[in-house]
Amino acid sequence: MILRFNSCFCALALLFVLISSEQTVAQVDTFEFDNDVQQQRFRTLSDELRCPMCQNTNLSGSTGGVAEDLRREIHRMILEGMSDREIEQFMFERYGDFIFYRPRLTAQTVLLWFGPIIFLLIGGLVARSVFRRAREVGETEVALNDDQKARLNKLVGNK
Amino acid sequence: MSNLKFYIPAVAFLAIAGLLWRGLYLDTRTLPSMLIDKPMPSFALATVDGEAVSNIDLPDQIFLLNVWGSYCLPCLVEHPTFMRLSEEGEIPVVGVNYKDRNELAQDWLETNGNPFSFSIEDLDGRFGIDLGVYGAPETYLVDSDGVIRYRHVSVLDETVWQEEFIPAITELRAESN
Repeated sequence: MILRFNSCFCALALLFVLISSEQTVAQVDTFEFDNDVQQQRFRTLSDELRCPMCQNTNLSGSTGGVAEDLRREIHRMILEGMSDREIEQFMFERYGDFIFYRPRLTAQTVLLWFGPIIFLLIGGLVARSVFRRAREVGETEVALNDDQKARLNKLVGNK
Repeated sequence: MSNLKFYIPAVAFLAIAGLLWRGLYLDTRTLPSMLIDKPMPSFALATVDGEAVSNIDLPDQIFLLNVWGSYCLPCLVEHPTFMRLSEEGEIPVVGVNYKDRNELAQDWLETNGNPFSFSIEDLDGRFGIDLGVYGAPETYLVDSDGVIRYRHVSVLDETVWQEEFIPAITELRAESN
């Protein structure tokens, strides 16, 4: 009985984890496109652009008024034949870098993009020097010469 | 020399901790406007009263552009400030009635008073997008050449007026003299 309760609990917990880890459900829009490519572009753009009003939701996951308007604008621009780059530029001119979940590479965002690599390099260099020193210590200072070996043997009582 | 090396991790830690500490208190909710020092986006819309307006109808002096809506409670909070500014003739205030319904907007102005020279009716929020609006209330300071010089997001009360707008306007006036 207890066993059954436990496995039931586990299943529920697992279910909860699965549900809560799921991405925010996209808003259902009734936009119509000429073809699947356009629809896919719309989906990608509204997934990668951030809702200016709500801090940490993308356009596709937001019910915010601005997000709705911006999705409508993306739809319009795709139908008008604008490229993804042009649409991103349109958004940038109005809402700045904030709108991009994947920030553009500029002087201000260089550290954001390459900071982790720089820190990894620093860590690697430090680790290398630590390991090298450890090896040098192991090779040179730990090796005993004959006199030291004799003394050691005497100390531990070997003949 | 080896003593100095000993302090490197501690110094690095303090530097990063300081940076992150500062980050905790940064205001990330207020987005910087992309339209600062850019001309007002062009528009050809109607006012809440139903008259056609476009950029040429904007005041040819320094003015405020206030984004408001009848649904917006903070707009009601800042409303007395705009009433005072317009009654005392301190600065013209142009409204942008953002994503509202005409009859609700008219009721709101009738009930609370109308501080605006006119209110541009932006029913679908399209003009708001060109302005980079992300929610009412927002207030833009526009100079006599129709160039946006400052933006304040959320309530503009007397304190904000004194501390942010008066200095900005004084600077603009000094510049044009």
